[in-house]
Amino acid sequence: MARRAAPEVNAGSMADIAFLLLIFFLVTTTIETDSGISRKLPPPQEDNVEPPILKQKNIFVVEVNKNNDLLVEEAPMELGELREAAMKFLDNGGGTGEDKCDYCQGDRDPSSSDNPTKAVISLRNNRETNYATYIAVQNELVAAYTTLRNREAQRLFGKSFEQMEKDLKDVNYPGNKEALKEDIKKIQFLFPEKLSEAEPRK
Amino acid sequence: MSKFKKKKSGELPAISTASLPDIVFMLLFFFMVATVMRQNTLMIENKLPYADQIEKLDKKNLVMYIYAGKPSSRYRTSAGSQPRIQLNDKFAAVEDIKAFILAERASKREEEVPYLTTALKVDGDTNMGLVGDIKKELRDVEALKINYTTRQGDAAQNFQ
Repeated sequence: MARRAAPEVNAGSMADIAFLLLIFFLVTTTIETDSGISRKLPPPQEDNVEPPILKQKNIFVVEVNKNNDLLVEEAPMELGELREAAMKFLDNGGGTGEDKCDYCQGDRDPSSSDNPTKAVISLRNNRETNYATYIAVQNELVAAYTTLRNREAQRLFGKSFEQMEKDLKDVNYPGNKEALKEDIKKIQFLFPEKLSEAEPRK
Repeated sequence: MSKFKKKKSGELPAISTASLPDIVFMLLFFFMVATVMRQNTLMIENKLPYADQIEKLDKKNLVMYIYAGKPSSRYRTSAGSQPRIQLNDKFAAVEDIKAFILAERASKREEEVPYLTTALKVDGDTNMGLVGDIKKELRDVEALKINYTTRQGDAAQNFQ
């Protein structure tokens, strides 16, 4: 009986397949990067500088006390409502004359902020406040600004502010980057991020 | 006759192992690329809070890391249970931050210094007092660009 062994499978191309897979994974995997909320701290102040005078109605006080309760304009609030409240305050546009805001879509309540360029959100926290709570509040306030900027960018340039920033970082962006930078600046001027943080109280 | 007889009880053909090195190398390369090397050994608990308004931190060599949180159980006897700051591989006091920032700046090229960002990797269960102290030190050395490193997720998860 002639017993022939089965022919060996040709493994010569295996290496090619392996390299193909290797290159596929090399291209598709992104190395995990850290991400988080970016903020800019105010520069150190000299002692003799007078703080600028702000109208009380242009300040939106957000306070987190030591029991991690949220107080907005001295009234308790749930975290879920904070974004809406902050947007309502920023977008109010109650000013007249020089402070008139033509792009605001708010209630134009004269007792709330005059103009988004004047409106300041003041965030106060206690030394005992939990960091996670603080981040949650920061997140909501940044979200309020981003939502308003998106709306304005959509109206003026037909795409969201986040998309514009993404385009600015994109190397393959076909359009004019200088013009894009100007547009971003314009939006940032209309809705400046005026988030002031007081030194935590004892 | 026997020509057409099918082989039935022959030995199994040996599986070629010639490609095994390739597969192993492929896996090796894959893991080499995908693993992130930890720069610092963490000596503290570091459960980052959640947020969704986040930006990516590109250019890893331009980021300085400041960790803070409760010492992990191994170090609790020596370092106590109050939240502490960790710089590089050791516990530090608030006053050490200035020296740390200046040392990091000195190790970078001059033109890169304005782009340096400080990433605050702070445990969610830390008091704001400590974070406030860190921020005050950073302001004093004019390291103004900071990033609160978070995990991606809904901010409401921070309360669970």
